[in-house]
Amino acid sequence: MSVNEIQDTIIEEFSVFEDWMDKYNLLMDYGKDLDEIDPRHKVKDYLIDGCQSKVWLYAEYDSEKIRFTADSDALITRGIVALLVKILSNRTPDEIISANLYFIDEVGLRQNLSPTRSNGLSSMVKQMKLYAMAYKAADDRHAAEGGR
Amino acid sequence: MKEISLIRADFPILGSKIYDKPLIYFDNSATTQKPVSVINAVDEVFTTYNSNIHRGVHALSDQASEKYEEAREKVRSFINAGEQQEIIFTTGTTGSINGIAFSFGEQYIRTGDEIIVSHLEHHANIVPWQMLCERKGAVLRVIPVNNEGEILFDEYLKLLSPRTKIVAVTQVSNALGTILPVRKIIEAAHSRDIPVLIDGAQGIQHGVVDVKELDCDFYVFSGHKIYAPTGIGVLYGKKKWLSELPPYQGGGDMVANVTFEKTTYNELPFKFEAGTTNFAGAIGLGAAIDYLQSIGLSDIVKREHELLVYATERLSAIKELKIYGRSNLKIPVISFLLDKIHQYDTGMILDKMGIAVRTGTHCAQPIMDHFGIDGTVRASMCFYNTKEEIEALAVGIEKVVKMFSK
Repeated sequence: MSVNEIQDTIIEEFSVFEDWMDKYNLLMDYGKDLDEIDPRHKVKDYLIDGCQSKVWLYAEYDSEKIRFTADSDALITRGIVALLVKILSNRTPDEIISANLYFIDEVGLRQNLSPTRSNGLSSMVKQMKLYAMAYKAADDRHAAEGGR
Repeated sequence: MKEISLIRADFPILGSKIYDKPLIYFDNSATTQKPVSVINAVDEVFTTYNSNIHRGVHALSDQASEKYEEAREKVRSFINAGEQQEIIFTTGTTGSINGIAFSFGEQYIRTGDEIIVSHLEHHANIVPWQMLCERKGAVLRVIPVNNEGEILFDEYLKLLSPRTKIVAVTQVSNALGTILPVRKIIEAAHSRDIPVLIDGAQGIQHGVVDVKELDCDFYVFSGHKIYAPTGIGVLYGKKKWLSELPPYQGGGDMVANVTFEKTTYNELPFKFEAGTTNFAGAIGLGAAIDYLQSIGLSDIVKREHELLVYATERLSAIKELKIYGRSNLKIPVISFLLDKIHQYDTGMILDKMGIAVRTGTHCAQPIMDHFGIDGTVRASMCFYNTKEEIEALAVGIEKVVKMFSK
Protein backbone atom coordinates (compact mmCIF):
# COMPACT_ATOMS: atom_id res chain seq x y z
CA MET A 1 0.00 0.00 0.00
CA SER A 2 1.14 3.54 -0.66
CA VAL A 3 1.76 6.11 2.05
CA ASN A 4 -1.60 7.69 1.32
CA GLU A 5 -3.50 4.41 1.16
CA ILE A 6 -2.28 3.51 4.65
CA GLN A 7 -3.13 6.99 5.91
CA ASP A 8 -6.65 6.68 4.50
CA THR A 9 -7.15 3.31 6.22
CA ILE A 10 -6.05 4.80 9.53
CA ILE A 11 -8.34 7.82 9.11
CA GLU A 12 -11.24 5.47 8.43
CA GLU A 13 -10.49 3.36 11.49
CA PHE A 14 -10.44 6.38 13.75
CA SER A 15 -13.58 7.86 12.22
CA VAL A 16 -15.62 4.92 13.52
CA PHE A 17 -15.25 6.25 17.07
CA GLU A 18 -17.03 9.33 18.36
CA ASP A 19 -15.66 9.24 21.88
CA TRP A 20 -12.09 10.25 22.52
CA MET A 21 -11.59 7.44 25.01
CA ASP A 22 -12.27 4.95 22.23
CA LYS A 23 -9.88 6.77 19.92
CA TYR A 24 -7.19 6.52 22.59
CA ASN A 25 -7.90 2.84 23.02
CA LEU A 26 -7.43 2.35 19.29
CA LEU A 27 -4.21 4.35 19.42
CA MET A 28 -2.93 2.10 22.19
CA ASP A 29 -3.87 -0.97 20.19
CA TYR A 30 -1.61 0.31 17.43
CA GLY A 31 1.09 0.70 20.08
CA LYS A 32 0.71 -2.94 21.04
CA ASP A 33 1.29 -4.00 17.43
CA LEU A 34 4.51 -2.01 17.13
CA ASP A 35 7.54 -4.22 16.49
CA GLU A 36 9.84 -4.28 19.48
CA ILE A 37 12.90 -2.10 19.04
CA ASP A 38 16.18 -3.92 19.58
CA PRO A 39 17.21 -3.25 23.22
CA ARG A 40 20.62 -2.16 21.89
CA HIS A 41 18.86 0.72 20.19
CA LYS A 42 16.79 1.70 23.18
CA VAL A 43 19.54 4.02 24.38
CA LYS A 44 20.13 7.72 24.81
CA ASP A 45 21.60 8.13 21.31
CA TYR A 46 18.25 7.28 19.75
CA LEU A 47 16.05 9.37 22.05
CA ILE A 48 14.06 12.08 20.31
CA ASP A 49 14.17 15.58 21.80
CA GLY A 50 10.96 17.51 22.26
CA CYS A 51 8.81 14.79 23.80
CA GLN A 52 7.82 14.85 27.47
CA SER A 53 7.76 11.09 27.46
CA LYS A 54 10.74 9.15 26.15
CA VAL A 55 10.68 8.15 22.48
CA TRP A 56 13.38 6.01 20.90
CA LEU A 57 13.59 5.85 17.12
CA TYR A 58 16.05 3.74 15.15
CA ALA A 59 16.48 3.57 11.38
CA GLU A 60 18.32 1.10 9.17
CA TYR A 61 18.77 1.30 5.42
CA ASP A 62 19.40 -1.58 3.00
CA SER A 63 20.27 0.79 0.12
CA GLU A 64 16.70 0.64 -1.12
CA LYS A 65 14.33 1.08 1.81
CA ILE A 66 14.48 2.48 5.32
CA ARG A 67 13.13 0.41 8.15
CA PHE A 68 12.13 2.16 11.38
CA THR A 69 11.79 0.63 14.81
CA ALA A 70 10.65 2.65 17.81
CA ASP A 71 9.35 2.61 21.35
CA SER A 72 8.08 4.94 24.06
CA ASP A 73 7.66 4.67 27.82
CA ALA A 74 4.17 6.20 27.56
CA LEU A 75 1.52 4.08 25.88
CA ILE A 76 -0.28 6.89 24.08
CA THR A 77 3.00 8.11 22.64
CA ARG A 78 3.89 4.57 21.70
CA GLY A 79 0.63 4.45 19.76
CA ILE A 80 1.47 7.64 17.93
CA VAL A 81 4.96 6.54 16.97
CA ALA A 82 3.50 3.17 15.91
CA LEU A 83 1.24 4.97 13.44
CA LEU A 84 4.22 6.81 11.99
CA VAL A 85 6.25 3.62 11.71
CA LYS A 86 3.31 1.87 10.05
CA ILE A 87 3.08 4.63 7.45
CA LEU A 88 6.76 5.42 6.86
CA SER A 89 8.69 2.23 7.53
CA ASN A 90 9.89 0.11 4.59
CA ARG A 91 9.83 3.09 2.23
CA THR A 92 12.46 4.64 0.03
CA PRO A 93 14.10 7.83 1.25
CA ASP A 94 12.24 9.77 -1.45
CA GLU A 95 8.87 8.42 -0.34
CA ILE A 96 9.58 9.42 3.24
CA ILE A 97 10.87 12.88 2.36
CA SER A 98 7.89 13.68 0.16
CA ALA A 99 5.25 12.13 2.42
CA ASN A 100 2.47 14.56 3.30
CA LEU A 101 1.17 13.31 6.63
CA TYR A 102 -2.39 14.60 6.45
CA PHE A 103 -3.64 11.84 8.73
CA ILE A 104 -2.35 13.80 11.75
CA ASP A 105 -4.95 16.51 11.23
CA GLU A 106 -7.66 14.20 9.87
CA VAL A 107 -7.47 11.87 12.85
CA GLY A 108 -7.40 14.90 15.12
CA LEU A 109 -4.07 14.07 16.66
CA ARG A 110 -2.79 17.60 16.36
CA GLN A 111 -5.78 19.32 17.92
CA ASN A 112 -6.54 16.69 20.48
CA LEU A 113 -3.15 15.97 21.82
CA SER A 114 -1.77 18.58 24.15
CA PRO A 115 0.58 21.13 22.61
CA THR A 116 3.70 19.61 24.12
CA ARG A 117 2.65 16.20 22.94
CA SER A 118 1.96 17.64 19.53
CA ASN A 119 5.48 19.04 19.52
CA GLY A 120 6.69 15.57 20.31
CA LEU A 121 4.78 14.34 17.28
CA SER A 122 6.42 16.94 15.06
CA SER A 123 9.82 15.96 16.47
CA MET A 124 9.15 12.35 15.56
CA VAL A 125 8.17 13.23 11.99
CA LYS A 126 11.14 15.58 11.69
CA GLN A 127 13.53 12.90 12.89
CA MET A 128 12.17 10.32 10.43
CA LYS A 129 12.52 12.75 7.53
CA LEU A 130 16.03 13.66 8.68
CA TYR A 131 17.05 10.01 8.53
CA ALA A 132 15.64 9.78 4.99
CA MET A 133 17.47 12.92 3.89
CA ALA A 134 20.74 11.72 5.40
CA TYR A 135 20.53 8.35 3.64
CA LYS A 136 19.56 10.01 0.36
CA ALA A 137 22.48 12.43 0.64
CA ALA A 138 24.85 9.51 1.30
CA ASP A 139 23.45 7.74 -1.78
CA ASP A 140 23.92 10.81 -3.95
CA ARG A 141 27.48 11.16 -2.73
CA HIS A 142 28.22 7.54 -3.58
CA ALA A 143 26.69 7.94 -7.02
CA ALA A 144 28.76 11.06 -7.69
CA GLU A 145 31.96 9.37 -6.54
CA GLY A 146 31.14 6.24 -8.57
CA GLY A 147 30.61 8.28 -11.72
CA ARG A 148 33.94 10.06 -11.47
CA MET B 1 -16.30 32.08 55.20
CA LYS B 2 -18.11 33.03 52.03
CA GLU B 3 -20.13 30.19 50.58
CA ILE B 4 -18.19 28.06 48.09
CA SER B 5 -20.62 28.63 45.22
CA LEU B 6 -20.21 32.38 45.68
CA ILE B 7 -16.42 32.07 45.84
CA ARG B 8 -16.42 30.07 42.62
CA ALA B 9 -18.63 32.66 40.98
CA ASP B 10 -15.86 35.20 41.66
CA PHE B 11 -13.62 33.29 39.21
CA PRO B 12 -15.18 33.46 35.74
CA ILE B 13 -12.97 30.74 34.25
CA LEU B 14 -14.18 28.15 36.76
CA GLY B 15 -17.52 28.08 34.96
CA SER B 16 -16.01 27.10 31.64
CA LYS B 17 -16.24 23.79 29.82
CA ILE B 18 -13.38 21.73 28.45
CA TYR B 19 -14.35 19.18 25.77
CA ASP B 20 -17.95 19.85 26.83
CA LYS B 21 -17.20 18.84 30.40
CA PRO B 22 -17.08 21.22 33.36
CA LEU B 23 -13.50 22.37 33.97
CA ILE B 24 -11.88 20.89 37.07
CA TYR B 25 -8.80 22.97 37.66
CA PHE B 26 -6.16 21.20 39.73
CA ASP B 27 -3.11 23.01 38.42
CA ASN B 28 -3.05 25.82 40.94
CA SER B 29 0.61 25.36 41.84
CA ALA B 30 1.47 26.24 38.24
CA THR B 31 -0.79 29.25 38.21
CA THR B 32 -3.98 30.26 39.96
CA GLN B 33 -7.13 31.57 38.33
CA LYS B 34 -8.08 35.22 38.68
CA PRO B 35 -11.07 36.65 40.52
CA VAL B 36 -13.19 39.18 38.69
CA SER B 37 -12.00 41.95 41.01
CA VAL B 38 -8.41 41.44 39.79
CA ILE B 39 -9.50 41.29 36.16
CA ASN B 40 -11.48 44.51 36.65
CA ALA B 41 -8.61 46.26 38.40
CA VAL B 42 -6.29 45.60 35.47
CA ASP B 43 -9.02 46.50 33.02
CA GLU B 44 -9.54 49.77 34.87
CA VAL B 45 -5.86 50.66 34.53
CA PHE B 46 -6.07 50.54 30.76
CA THR B 47 -9.53 52.02 30.38
CA THR B 48 -9.26 54.91 32.81
CA TYR B 49 -5.79 55.93 33.98
CA ASN B 50 -3.07 54.19 31.98
CA SER B 51 0.03 56.38 32.00
CA ASN B 52 3.67 55.84 32.83
CA ILE B 53 4.42 56.02 36.53
CA HIS B 54 6.85 58.25 38.40
CA ARG B 55 7.52 60.38 35.33
CA GLY B 56 4.71 62.55 34.12
CA VAL B 57 3.64 65.92 35.40
CA HIS B 58 0.13 65.22 34.28
CA ALA B 59 -2.87 64.00 36.18
CA LEU B 60 -3.03 60.49 34.72
CA SER B 61 0.58 59.78 35.55
CA ASP B 62 -0.01 60.96 39.09
CA GLN B 63 -3.00 58.70 39.39
CA ALA B 64 -1.16 55.65 38.01
CA SER B 65 1.84 56.31 40.29
CA GLU B 66 -0.45 56.65 43.26
CA LYS B 67 -2.21 53.36 42.52
CA TYR B 68 1.12 51.63 42.01
CA GLU B 69 2.42 52.86 45.35
CA GLU B 70 -0.87 51.86 46.98
CA ALA B 71 -0.24 48.34 45.67
CA ARG B 72 3.22 48.41 47.23
CA GLU B 73 1.68 49.35 50.56
CA LYS B 74 -0.81 46.47 50.22
CA VAL B 75 2.04 44.03 49.68
CA ARG B 76 3.99 45.50 52.59
CA SER B 77 1.09 45.14 54.93
CA PHE B 78 0.20 41.66 53.60
CA ILE B 79 3.62 40.22 54.46
CA ASN B 80 4.11 42.60 57.40
CA ALA B 81 7.31 44.17 56.15
CA GLY B 82 8.59 47.14 58.10
CA GLU B 83 8.72 49.65 55.30
CA GLN B 84 7.51 50.17 51.76
CA GLN B 85 11.14 50.65 50.76
CA GLU B 86 11.68 46.96 51.40
CA ILE B 87 9.15 45.93 48.73
CA ILE B 88 10.57 45.71 45.20
CA PHE B 89 8.30 44.88 42.29
CA THR B 90 9.89 42.36 39.93
CA THR B 91 8.75 40.10 37.10
CA GLY B 92 8.17 37.15 39.42
CA THR B 93 9.94 34.71 41.73
CA THR B 94 12.47 33.83 39.03
CA GLY B 95 13.24 37.50 38.40
CA SER B 96 13.59 38.17 42.12
CA ILE B 97 15.99 35.29 42.75
CA ASN B 98 18.11 36.07 39.70
CA GLY B 99 18.33 39.67 40.85
CA ILE B 100 19.44 38.83 44.36
CA ALA B 101 21.81 36.11 43.20
CA PHE B 102 23.47 38.70 40.97
CA SER B 103 23.56 41.64 43.39
CA PHE B 104 24.45 39.59 46.44
CA GLY B 105 27.01 37.65 44.45
CA GLU B 106 28.70 40.78 43.13
CA GLN B 107 28.95 42.23 46.60
CA TYR B 108 29.72 39.29 48.85
CA ILE B 109 30.65 36.06 47.06
CA ARG B 110 34.28 35.09 46.53
CA THR B 111 36.10 31.95 45.40
CA GLY B 112 35.49 29.04 47.75
CA ASP B 113 32.42 30.57 49.39
CA GLU B 114 29.40 28.33 49.81
CA ILE B 115 25.71 28.75 49.08
CA ILE B 116 23.17 26.36 50.56
CA VAL B 117 19.95 25.27 48.87
CA SER B 118 17.75 22.23 49.53
CA HIS B 119 17.13 19.14 47.44
CA LEU B 120 13.50 20.28 47.08
CA GLU B 121 14.16 23.46 45.15
CA HIS B 122 12.46 24.55 41.95
CA HIS B 123 14.99 25.14 39.17
CA ALA B 124 14.46 28.88 39.73
CA ASN B 125 16.15 28.55 43.12
CA ILE B 126 18.98 26.37 41.82
CA VAL B 127 20.14 27.69 38.46
CA PRO B 128 20.69 31.38 39.40
CA TRP B 129 22.91 30.23 42.30
CA GLN B 130 24.76 27.77 40.06
CA MET B 131 25.39 30.59 37.59
CA LEU B 132 26.72 32.69 40.46
CA CYS B 133 28.94 29.81 41.61
CA GLU B 134 30.36 29.54 38.10
CA ARG B 135 31.06 33.26 37.92
CA LYS B 136 32.73 33.42 41.29
CA GLY B 137 34.20 29.98 41.83
CA ALA B 138 31.82 29.38 44.72
CA VAL B 139 30.29 26.05 45.74
CA LEU B 140 26.63 25.02 45.91
CA ARG B 141 25.78 22.79 48.88
CA VAL B 142 22.51 20.88 49.06
CA ILE B 143 20.42 19.93 52.10
CA PRO B 144 19.38 16.29 51.61
CA VAL B 145 15.83 14.96 52.05
CA ASN B 146 14.24 11.78 53.36
CA ASN B 147 11.72 9.59 51.56
CA GLU B 148 8.76 11.60 52.81
CA GLY B 149 10.17 14.62 51.03
CA GLU B 150 11.27 16.38 54.21
CA ILE B 151 14.67 18.00 54.61
CA LEU B 152 17.16 16.41 57.02
CA PHE B 153 17.60 19.24 59.47
CA ASP B 154 20.67 17.80 61.19
CA GLU B 155 22.38 17.50 57.84
CA TYR B 156 21.55 21.13 57.19
CA LEU B 157 23.23 22.14 60.45
CA LYS B 158 26.33 20.22 59.39
CA LEU B 159 26.46 22.13 56.10
CA LEU B 160 26.56 25.52 57.82
CA SER B 161 30.14 26.72 58.03
CA PRO B 162 32.21 29.90 58.02
CA ARG B 163 32.31 29.53 54.24
CA THR B 164 28.50 29.69 53.96
CA LYS B 165 27.51 33.11 52.64
CA ILE B 166 23.79 32.67 52.06
CA VAL B 167 21.06 30.04 52.49
CA ALA B 168 18.31 30.01 49.83
CA VAL B 169 15.44 27.61 50.47
CA THR B 170 11.88 27.20 49.41
CA GLN B 171 9.06 27.60 51.88
CA VAL B 172 7.05 24.83 50.23
CA SER B 173 8.15 22.19 47.70
CA ASN B 174 6.38 22.89 44.42
CA ALA B 175 6.68 19.28 43.25
CA LEU B 176 5.48 17.56 46.44
CA GLY B 177 3.70 20.23 48.46
CA THR B 178 5.73 19.61 51.61
CA ILE B 179 6.28 22.58 53.91
CA LEU B 180 9.84 23.25 55.05
CA PRO B 181 10.72 24.35 58.59
CA VAL B 182 11.88 27.76 57.38
CA ARG B 183 11.74 29.42 60.77
CA LYS B 184 14.21 26.89 62.20
CA ILE B 185 16.34 27.13 59.05
CA ILE B 186 16.54 30.90 59.43
CA GLU B 187 17.30 30.74 63.18
CA ALA B 188 20.16 28.31 62.64
CA ALA B 189 21.65 30.42 59.85
CA HIS B 190 21.27 33.64 61.81
CA SER B 191 23.03 32.19 64.81
CA ARG B 192 26.05 32.12 62.50
CA ASP B 193 25.28 35.50 60.90
CA ILE B 194 24.31 33.94 57.58
CA PRO B 195 21.46 35.60 55.65
CA VAL B 196 18.54 33.57 54.32
CA LEU B 197 16.39 33.94 51.20
CA ILE B 198 13.00 32.26 51.26
CA ASP B 199 11.37 31.26 47.97
CA GLY B 200 7.73 31.90 48.81
CA ALA B 201 6.30 31.03 45.38
CA GLN B 202 4.28 28.12 46.82
CA GLY B 203 3.96 29.46 50.34
CA ILE B 204 2.51 32.95 50.08
CA GLN B 205 -0.94 31.82 48.88
CA HIS B 206 -1.40 29.03 51.42
CA GLY B 207 -0.73 30.67 54.76
CA VAL B 208 -0.08 33.88 56.64
CA VAL B 209 3.41 35.17 55.90
CA ASP B 210 4.97 37.57 58.35
CA VAL B 211 8.49 38.47 57.25
CA LYS B 212 9.22 40.31 60.50
CA GLU B 213 8.33 37.31 62.56
CA LEU B 214 10.16 34.94 60.20
CA ASP B 215 13.09 37.33 60.26
CA CYS B 216 14.13 36.20 56.77
CA ASP B 217 16.53 38.49 54.95
CA PHE B 218 14.81 38.10 51.59
CA TYR B 219 11.37 36.77 50.68
CA VAL B 220 10.30 36.39 47.07
CA PHE B 221 7.08 35.38 45.35
CA SER B 222 5.10 35.60 42.10
CA GLY B 223 1.82 37.41 41.65
CA HIS B 224 0.29 34.86 39.30
CA LYS B 225 0.37 32.13 41.93
CA ILE B 226 -1.60 34.30 44.32
CA TYR B 227 -4.56 35.08 42.04
CA ALA B 228 -2.87 38.13 40.48
CA PRO B 229 -1.76 38.63 36.86
CA THR B 230 1.36 37.10 35.35
CA GLY B 231 4.57 39.04 34.96
CA ILE B 232 4.53 40.66 38.40
CA GLY B 233 6.41 39.49 41.44
CA VAL B 234 7.86 40.71 44.69
CA LEU B 235 11.28 40.86 46.20
CA TYR B 236 11.20 41.69 49.88
CA GLY B 237 14.59 42.46 51.38
CA LYS B 238 15.59 43.86 54.73
CA LYS B 239 16.47 47.51 54.26
CA LYS B 240 19.96 46.88 55.56
CA TRP B 241 20.63 44.47 52.68
CA LEU B 242 18.88 46.39 49.96
CA SER B 243 20.82 49.52 50.90
CA GLU B 244 24.13 47.70 50.72
CA LEU B 245 23.51 45.70 47.55
CA PRO B 246 24.23 47.15 44.13
CA PRO B 247 21.34 47.22 41.63
CA TYR B 248 21.18 44.30 39.18
CA GLN B 249 19.68 46.29 36.33
CA GLY B 250 20.41 49.79 35.14
CA GLY B 251 18.02 52.10 33.35
CA GLY B 252 15.39 54.74 33.81
CA ASP B 253 13.75 55.52 37.14
CA MET B 254 16.45 53.76 39.16
CA VAL B 255 18.86 56.68 38.99
CA ALA B 256 19.26 59.93 40.89
CA ASN B 257 21.73 61.60 38.57
CA VAL B 258 23.32 60.42 35.34
CA THR B 259 26.38 61.83 33.63
CA PHE B 260 28.75 59.95 31.39
CA GLU B 261 31.33 60.11 34.15
CA LYS B 262 29.23 58.92 37.06
CA THR B 263 25.70 57.81 37.87
CA THR B 264 24.19 57.89 41.30
CA TYR B 265 21.32 55.61 42.13
CA ASN B 266 17.84 56.47 43.25
CA GLU B 267 16.72 55.62 46.77
CA LEU B 268 14.96 52.42 47.73
CA PRO B 269 12.86 50.79 46.41
CA PHE B 270 13.36 52.52 43.02
CA LYS B 271 17.05 51.62 42.89
CA PHE B 272 15.93 48.09 42.04
CA GLU B 273 13.10 49.00 39.67
CA ALA B 274 14.84 49.95 36.43
CA GLY B 275 12.68 50.82 33.45
CA THR B 276 8.92 50.92 33.29
CA THR B 277 7.72 48.27 35.69
CA ASN B 278 4.62 46.15 35.21
CA PHE B 279 2.50 48.67 37.07
CA ALA B 280 -0.77 47.21 35.79
CA GLY B 281 0.33 43.84 37.17
CA ALA B 282 1.30 45.41 40.48
CA ILE B 283 -2.12 47.06 40.76
CA GLY B 284 -3.68 43.68 39.93
CA LEU B 285 -1.60 42.13 42.70
CA GLY B 286 -2.92 44.74 45.09
CA ALA B 287 -6.46 43.78 44.08
CA ALA B 288 -5.66 40.08 44.59
CA ILE B 289 -4.44 40.80 48.11
CA ASP B 290 -7.64 42.75 48.82
CA TYR B 291 -9.63 39.79 47.55
CA LEU B 292 -7.78 37.25 49.71
CA GLN B 293 -8.22 39.44 52.75
CA SER B 294 -11.92 39.77 52.07
CA ILE B 295 -12.18 35.96 52.08
CA GLY B 296 -9.87 35.67 55.08
CA LEU B 297 -6.53 33.94 54.94
CA SER B 298 -7.07 31.82 58.04
CA ASP B 299 -10.33 30.53 56.57
CA ILE B 300 -8.51 29.76 53.33
CA VAL B 301 -5.87 27.77 55.21
CA LYS B 302 -8.54 25.86 57.08
CA ARG B 303 -10.51 25.05 53.95
CA GLU B 304 -7.43 24.01 52.01
CA HIS B 305 -6.37 21.71 54.82
CA GLU B 306 -9.77 20.02 54.70
CA LEU B 307 -9.36 19.52 50.96
CA LEU B 308 -5.88 18.06 51.46
CA VAL B 309 -7.07 15.61 54.12
CA TYR B 310 -10.05 14.57 52.01
CA ALA B 311 -7.98 14.17 48.83
CA THR B 312 -5.23 12.23 50.58
CA GLU B 313 -7.76 9.85 52.08
CA ARG B 314 -9.80 9.43 48.91
CA LEU B 315 -6.87 8.97 46.57
CA SER B 316 -4.99 6.68 48.97
CA ALA B 317 -7.93 4.33 48.66
CA ILE B 318 -6.87 3.65 45.07
CA LYS B 319 -4.45 0.80 45.53
CA GLU B 320 -2.44 1.49 42.36
CA LEU B 321 -1.80 5.08 43.47
CA LYS B 322 1.40 6.07 45.23
CA ILE B 323 1.74 9.55 46.72
CA TYR B 324 5.16 11.23 46.65
CA GLY B 325 5.72 13.59 49.55
CA ARG B 326 3.93 12.20 52.56
CA SER B 327 4.88 14.76 55.14
CA ASN B 328 2.22 15.77 57.66
CA LEU B 329 2.96 19.37 56.80
CA LYS B 330 1.74 20.05 53.29
CA ILE B 331 -0.16 22.48 51.15
CA PRO B 332 -3.11 20.93 49.26
CA VAL B 333 -1.00 19.16 46.66
CA ILE B 334 -1.05 15.46 45.76
CA SER B 335 1.91 14.36 43.65
CA PHE B 336 1.41 10.78 42.53
CA LEU B 337 2.02 7.95 40.12
CA LEU B 338 -0.22 5.03 39.18
CA ASP B 339 1.65 1.74 39.21
CA LYS B 340 3.59 1.54 35.95
CA ILE B 341 1.37 3.98 34.07
CA HIS B 342 3.34 6.86 32.60
CA GLN B 343 2.43 10.22 34.17
CA TYR B 344 1.84 11.62 30.73
CA ASP B 345 -0.71 8.96 29.82
CA THR B 346 -2.54 9.71 33.06
CA GLY B 347 -2.47 13.45 32.44
CA MET B 348 -3.71 13.08 28.86
CA ILE B 349 -6.71 10.97 29.81
CA LEU B 350 -7.62 13.18 32.77
CA ASP B 351 -7.46 16.15 30.40
CA LYS B 352 -10.06 14.48 28.21
CA MET B 353 -12.32 14.38 31.26
CA GLY B 354 -11.90 18.12 31.74
CA ILE B 355 -9.47 17.69 34.64
CA ALA B 356 -6.37 19.89 34.47
CA VAL B 357 -3.33 18.47 36.27
CA ARG B 358 0.38 18.95 35.74
CA THR B 359 2.63 16.12 34.64
CA GLY B 360 6.40 15.87 34.43
CA THR B 361 9.23 16.99 36.66
CA HIS B 362 7.57 20.26 37.75
CA CYS B 363 10.83 22.14 37.12
CA ALA B 364 12.34 20.25 40.04
CA GLN B 365 14.39 17.48 38.46
CA PRO B 366 16.69 16.87 41.46
CA ILE B 367 13.85 15.77 43.73
CA MET B 368 12.48 13.49 40.98
CA ASP B 369 15.96 11.96 40.71
CA HIS B 370 15.94 11.46 44.46
CA PHE B 371 12.88 9.24 44.11
CA GLY B 372 14.30 7.58 41.00
CA ILE B 373 11.40 8.71 38.82
CA ASP B 374 11.21 10.99 35.83
CA GLY B 375 8.06 12.78 36.83
CA THR B 376 4.73 12.61 38.62
CA VAL B 377 1.15 13.69 38.13
CA ARG B 378 0.45 16.66 40.36
CA ALA B 379 -3.02 17.68 41.44
CA SER B 380 -2.68 21.04 43.18
CA MET B 381 -5.75 22.44 44.84
CA CYS B 382 -6.76 25.71 46.41
CA PHE B 383 -9.67 27.14 48.34
CA TYR B 384 -12.01 27.37 45.33
CA ASN B 385 -11.84 23.64 44.67
CA THR B 386 -14.44 21.28 46.07
CA LYS B 387 -14.73 17.76 47.44
CA GLU B 388 -16.96 16.95 44.47
CA GLU B 389 -14.07 17.83 42.18
CA ILE B 390 -11.73 15.60 44.19
CA GLU B 391 -14.26 12.81 43.85
CA ALA B 392 -14.36 13.37 40.08
CA LEU B 393 -10.56 13.20 40.01
CA ALA B 394 -10.61 9.93 41.93
CA VAL B 395 -13.17 8.47 39.53
CA GLY B 396 -11.09 9.71 36.61
CA ILE B 397 -7.98 8.09 38.04
CA GLU B 398 -9.84 4.81 38.50
CA LYS B 399 -10.81 4.99 34.81
CA VAL B 400 -7.20 5.58 33.83
CA VAL B 401 -6.09 2.58 35.86
CA LYS B 402 -8.72 0.43 34.18
CA MET B 403 -7.86 1.69 30.73
CA PHE B 404 -4.11 1.09 31.02
CA SER B 405 -4.12 -2.19 32.89
CA LYS B 406 -5.93 -3.98 30.06
